[in-house]
Amino acid sequence: AAAATIVALPAGAATFEEAVMSVTGGKEAAEGGDLVLTAPEIAENGNTVPVAIDAPGAVAVTFLAIGNPNPAVATFKFGPLAGSREASTRIRLATTQDVVAVAEMEDGSFQTAKQTVKVTIGGCGG
Amino acid sequence: GNWSKLAAQQAMTQDQLLEFDTMGNVTLIHITDVHAQLKPIYFREPEINLGVGEVNGVPPHVTGADFLKMFNIEAGSPRAYALTNQDFVALAREYGKMGGMDRVATVVNAIRADRPDALLLDGGDTWQGSYTAQKTMGQDMVNVFNALKPDAMTSHWEFTLGLDRVTEIVDNEIDFPFLGANIYDAEWEEPAYEPYKIFERGGAKIAVIGQAFPYMPIANPKWLFPGLSFGVREERMNEVVQEVRDAGADLVVVLSHNGFDVDRKLASRVEGIDVILTGHTHDALPEPLMVGETLLIASGSNGKFISRLDLDVREGRMMGFKHKLIPIFSDVIEPDAEVAALIDEQREPFKAELEEVLGTTDSLLYRRGNFNGTWDDLICNALIEEREADIALSPGFRWGPSLLPGQEITREDLHNATAMNYPAAYRTEMTGETLKIVLEDVADNLFNPDPYYQQGGDMVRVGGMGYSIDISKPQGERITNMTMLKNGEAVDPAKSYVVSGWASVNEGTEGPAIWDVVEDYIKRKGTVSVDPNQSVLVNAG
Amino acid sequence: MAKGVKPRVKVPKSASAGDSITIKTLISHKMESGQRKDSDGKIIPRSIINRFTCDFNGENVIDVTIEPAVSTNPYFQFDAKVPEAGEFKFTWYDDDGSVYEDTKAITVE
Ligand SMILES: [Mn+2]
Ligand SMILES: [Mn+2]
Repeated sequence: AAAATIVALPAGAATFEEAVMSVTGGKEAAEGGDLVLTAPEIAENGNTVPVAIDAPGAVAVTFLAIGNPNPAVATFKFGPLAGSREASTRIRLATTQDVVAVAEMEDGSFQTAKQTVKVTIGGCGG
Repeated sequence: GNWSKLAAQQAMTQDQLLEFDTMGNVTLIHITDVHAQLKPIYFREPEINLGVGEVNGVPPHVTGADFLKMFNIEAGSPRAYALTNQDFVALAREYGKMGGMDRVATVVNAIRADRPDALLLDGGDTWQGSYTAQKTMGQDMVNVFNALKPDAMTSHWEFTLGLDRVTEIVDNEIDFPFLGANIYDAEWEEPAYEPYKIFERGGAKIAVIGQAFPYMPIANPKWLFPGLSFGVREERMNEVVQEVRDAGADLVVVLSHNGFDVDRKLASRVEGIDVILTGHTHDALPEPLMVGETLLIASGSNGKFISRLDLDVREGRMMGFKHKLIPIFSDVIEPDAEVAALIDEQREPFKAELEEVLGTTDSLLYRRGNFNGTWDDLICNALIEEREADIALSPGFRWGPSLLPGQEITREDLHNATAMNYPAAYRTEMTGETLKIVLEDVADNLFNPDPYYQQGGDMVRVGGMGYSIDISKPQGERITNMTMLKNGEAVDPAKSYVVSGWASVNEGTEGPAIWDVVEDYIKRKGTVSVDPNQSVLVNAG
Repeated sequence: MAKGVKPRVKVPKSASAGDSITIKTLISHKMESGQRKDSDGKIIPRSIINRFTCDFNGENVIDVTIEPAVSTNPYFQFDAKVPEAGEFKFTWYDDDGSVYEDTKAITVE
């Protein structure tokens, strides 16, 4: 499956399209499908940001952090005993950026979703 | 003079303030963001409270004369004094101080006399913000609130006392739930506090869901409460609302410390919430704001107001409501004797320190406003002089009562504006570039058009340097024209400046406590005056 | 083998046959990204967990390919079907060739 390997991207921040294409092997990925990406709006700690996906019908899901020097994060392949198409992990974000999920579906098509996660200096209050 | 004060107050009576035609079968009483103000205070509401994007010009982003017009309030009236900055000093002299937990007790008791099973709900920011709360690590507030008998609370600044202290209070000192559906154990991603409690009142099941301040580890020092994670967690709120509905809740109330705009967005996206009792952004609104079928209530701060909300709950639905934002005019509402004695008891060991006069202010000292307040101007002036800095930074807190021109500044007054658990007044060097990054970062926390990216609070206050801000621009482009005030020179991105500030969220920050720095300054000056701040030019977009 | 690497896993002790359960795993590991520099300005070599798998009675539940952007002490949460009683096997693969394993038995009610 194309999702199993992530084609190396040029160093420095990738565009959303470049990052997605690196996973799909050049195929289009549909936005706004059933794929749900959950990430905090503002990172409590940029070194450990919880991210989760719910990707009904997916065989594999790849997380990308397109503002990182190397956008690849992790690819989850669901086996025959996967109880759902949900998974979560914790990732490093160098700076405020879009976190992207790309799901490879059973029919070989791709879906994608993104969310902006702010990495902030912090410190104010009401 | 005294005649007009007497006349003004005679126009108000306790009965009028409490007057309410009881309706329905359920009563909620909401108080929030007391910030440890046990005694009556002056508190000037903001002159500037801008909203961006969709909320530009809608409550709570309406102030001054516009506010009076929008809510049909007569200029110069008690409500105009309580709810706006208009003619503040003159009206403060007429109508007197507001708040005081002994007066709040009187109002709560009167409502309970009318509706014995009314729910009293505390939105948090209760245990921090005064000399006595700092010295007792919140014990004074816990003791006084226990006497008020709340039914539940949620939290924000509570956690700045440190996780061990919070645990000690929650486990041993209070017998009502400390709710936070959005507080998680960061290691295993599991709920760390009770998410909700279901009460049976007036034949209805009422679910109260707690929502703590979402940006706790970002806006405040995360090393004080290690291992906890917060966040808006909209999905979690969806699940919990579903869970309480499945458990038979007829009414779903969210006791929230999200901040008003975050709650407005949450209400528009999560189905099934009847009432959100908002907090954190310190807004006071004389009527509920409806978002779809959800009522948003804003009950102010520092003990100035409580909200009474009567509801008709039948057949699993809210069929009607009646609301009153009750202003706590301290000279009109009789203090509850028992709570008054309890407050005195908390203050007794610290009486001499509290009452010591440090100096006098020539100027009105207030804090609220998006870009500056005279209290913070005073603090910045003190930091520049006492710490020999080029530039001073003071965080955009929204707590801290006001002082009228001519008033003496006591140690209690100073601590009301500064008391907190990470007070070190640091002195460091920053380049012009770093300063710009800091200002842009804070501005985006305040003016990001998506409320879920807003942290509440106001713009960091700057002394020694002026700037222009265009709030409609994206992060990185809002701040321009950074200028040193002492010589009119543009701030050089490559040059280092000596910067002094306080309340850094970084662990290990060093320096004297901010209250000691400002105390030295006030004592040295005797009388302080703060010139009108004209160093921030705002383009509201 | 890297020092102090300790896997931890949360699995319910029992389930109904055919149920889906939630599994959480953590392994203490520094996940050195290969992008940081030491005090002398030299790149600290990459040393990460590069793959994690979970199998149940020999059949795969999930197979994760991991890059250096996964945080220190990698955490994974996912769901597994439990068709019968048996044993979950968890395997973490280190860049240095080490393989760490943990197992958890589950009964079926
Ligand atoms: Mn507050
Ligand atoms: Mn707050």
